[in-house]
Amino acid sequence: MRSNGCGGTEYGDTFTAGADCMLRVAPYLVAAILTGPVLAGSLGALIPSFGFLPSLGHDEFGLDAWRALLDWPGIGGSVILSFASGILTAGISLLLALLFLAVFFETRAFVWLRQAIAPMLAVPHAAAAFALAFLIAPSGFLARLLSPWATGWQRPPDLLIVQDEWGLSLMAGLVMKEVPFLLLMALAPLAQIHAGERMRLARSIGYGRISAWFKSVVPALYPLLRLPVYAVIAYSSANIDVALILGPVSPPPLAVQVLRWSNDPDLDFRMIASAGAILQFAVTAGAIALWILAERCIGWLARGWLVSGKRRTGDAGLATLGRGLFPALILASVLGIAALALNAFARVWRFPDALPGRWTLAHWQSVAETAGGPVAATLWIALLTTLLSLVLVVCVLENERQRDVRSGRILEFLIYVPLLVPQIGFIFGLVLLAELAGAPPGGGLVAAGHVIFVLPYVYLSLSEAYRRQDPAWTKIARTLGQSAAGAFWRVRLPMLLTPLLTAFAVGTAISIGQYLVTRLLGAGRVETVTTEAIALAAGGDRRLIGAWALTQAILPVAGFALALAAPRLIWRNRRGMLGGVR
Amino acid sequence: MTSGLCLKDVRITLGGKALLSLDCVIEPGTVLTVMGPSGSGKSTLLSFVAGFLTAPFSAAGRIVLNGADITDALPEARHVGLLFQDPMLFPHLSVGGNLLFGMPPGGRDRLESAGEALDRFGLEGFADRDPATLSGGQASRVALLRLLLSEPKAALLDEPFSKLDRHLRGDIRRFTFERLRDAGLPTVLVTHDPEDAEAAGGPVVELAEAG
Repeated sequence: MRSNGCGGTEYGDTFTAGADCMLRVAPYLVAAILTGPVLAGSLGALIPSFGFLPSLGHDEFGLDAWRALLDWPGIGGSVILSFASGILTAGISLLLALLFLAVFFETRAFVWLRQAIAPMLAVPHAAAAFALAFLIAPSGFLARLLSPWATGWQRPPDLLIVQDEWGLSLMAGLVMKEVPFLLLMALAPLAQIHAGERMRLARSIGYGRISAWFKSVVPALYPLLRLPVYAVIAYSSANIDVALILGPVSPPPLAVQVLRWSNDPDLDFRMIASAGAILQFAVTAGAIALWILAERCIGWLARGWLVSGKRRTGDAGLATLGRGLFPALILASVLGIAALALNAFARVWRFPDALPGRWTLAHWQSVAETAGGPVAATLWIALLTTLLSLVLVVCVLENERQRDVRSGRILEFLIYVPLLVPQIGFIFGLVLLAELAGAPPGGGLVAAGHVIFVLPYVYLSLSEAYRRQDPAWTKIARTLGQSAAGAFWRVRLPMLLTPLLTAFAVGTAISIGQYLVTRLLGAGRVETVTTEAIALAAGGDRRLIGAWALTQAILPVAGFALALAAPRLIWRNRRGMLGGVR
Repeated sequence: MTSGLCLKDVRITLGGKALLSLDCVIEPGTVLTVMGPSGSGKSTLLSFVAGFLTAPFSAAGRIVLNGADITDALPEARHVGLLFQDPMLFPHLSVGGNLLFGMPPGGRDRLESAGEALDRFGLEGFADRDPATLSGGQASRVALLRLLLSEPKAALLDEPFSKLDRHLRGDIRRFTFERLRDAGLPTVLVTHDPEDAEAAGGPVVELAEAG
């Protein structure tokens, strides 16, 4: 008697026992990957910070490390810098992303905006930071384009633009990468909150475009953007790669200072590094806490404004601003990449000249001689970790589908844990634990570390398309004689090819861009294009940096290009497969 | 052995609340029309017969098809074909691929018989077409053909004509019922269009609104 309709799974039956077991285990495995290393690594930093590190002969608890940390010259500046760049980057990025959406939503340029996001996201943080540095430096591309006719400069001006002590160039570099991230995260839920209907309704009763957006869409959109915004705060307050390139040197942002300590040949500095890692947790948590407080205040202050009935609040000015800033952002990215390329081929490039006087391939020859190993390591780590992450994510989503339950809020939150916790904090602790456990640093450990960061992005990229797929496709396939597994392999997965490939490209881009994990878990023995490019930052050889940064950017961008082109080729005679998920 | 689709004392409940009960035999080549407002459980009845019933719905009773009790069988082992509002042609396969997908494996000249079947349906040379390029009427004919070629023993129709243009609806409806009758399939149709019921020409069950 079929009294309950289903035996706990979709349609009372499922894959083979082995596959079913794998599906059931997947959510727990994913939860463990997302939280286990973060917890263990945090403890691995917390305990040594109180003086306990037996492997170095410290086995008594004490506060020496904390005293040394707080006495460190410039530590206050480091903390303020990290805190401020977290809050300001997130605030500016969020405002810009919302403004761009307000200005362009459902216009013809909106299609264009959607398409601009993927390549902007694909460029690794380090390459983007180099691009910005090459653009805005006193002797950079922008100064050359404007000199001498506009500026009168015959020599590079004596200004500290890149690595300025206020961290402005650092924040600018972060904003350039975080705006596309927030745009992407905001695009997905627009349909879910019926943004189009909200806008049309508000416009039809006389609200201006910008006011309509901020009064009728943003109140519903922001709650769905909260975790991505917190992730931006966490990233901006604790990031290393952009900070090494664009951040001030003395005092540096806190995370960079912690990295310096942990790299110090004097191993006793590891205790201070541990304490610094814990301090970084506090700074990031504090920045997010302040943000939440600001959220409340703004929400409270805006209540009156929302229902004031005012149809326009600076609409014309804001619209012009948005229309001007978005192309400016794209132009800056394009010019920055052009600056990288020009440097990479330049032999002689005198100052006010807009273009190099003489060209050469010598820098590329030098890259070609040394890049083989790093490129190979980059690729195998990226492909392996992404494949593993993709399989896990599909298992989680399929398990959810089979059992007809959302994995629940807990997993949705856990996905963000690696993005909300400062990397330097727990990875440093992981290194200490790995040393303790005798795990040899190297490719395996690095790849395992990459999975922690690739997994969330693959999940975020794939989950919406996967959930939106109409369950009726399975029913049709089953009534036509396919088993559950047959329907999955022959109908569900092929129909999801496009989002699967996109998720794969996102995953590889994230892996390729990882700096700190590779650097620390590889103990300097694993070299990828990213570690190579950033290692050059200190040296300041612009030509070589240009070539390496381009190499670093080309790999993920090529991945995205493939992911976009492949479906168009495979489905060139299947129009129904190119218009989004059914 | 009795032929036809026999619904023995079927009762469908939603969270303990009775939605519908039905006890009837649908002879081969006839259509039982189930009518009722949305929420009356008529689509749930089809899910139960096809093997897709999920919580929070539950059902009691037996489904016997041509003498075999299929109540606990897997959906793919029931030989019960489904038609939805949308033709739901697999977008990643060609028209021919959609037909072959449903045809039993083995046997020679599957491709050829699919092509002949298309000819009979007035769709000559459509085998290589992209389903996304078909008109609404063509797509519903392909969907019906896919169902018939999968050699089902019964058919379930879930408001299959409601999304068609008015001027097509009559033709497609007549065409569909004729083919199902020719194939000798016992059929259950759920709809809220009285014209559907009239064209089906079989017994009609009216469901009351739930609650």
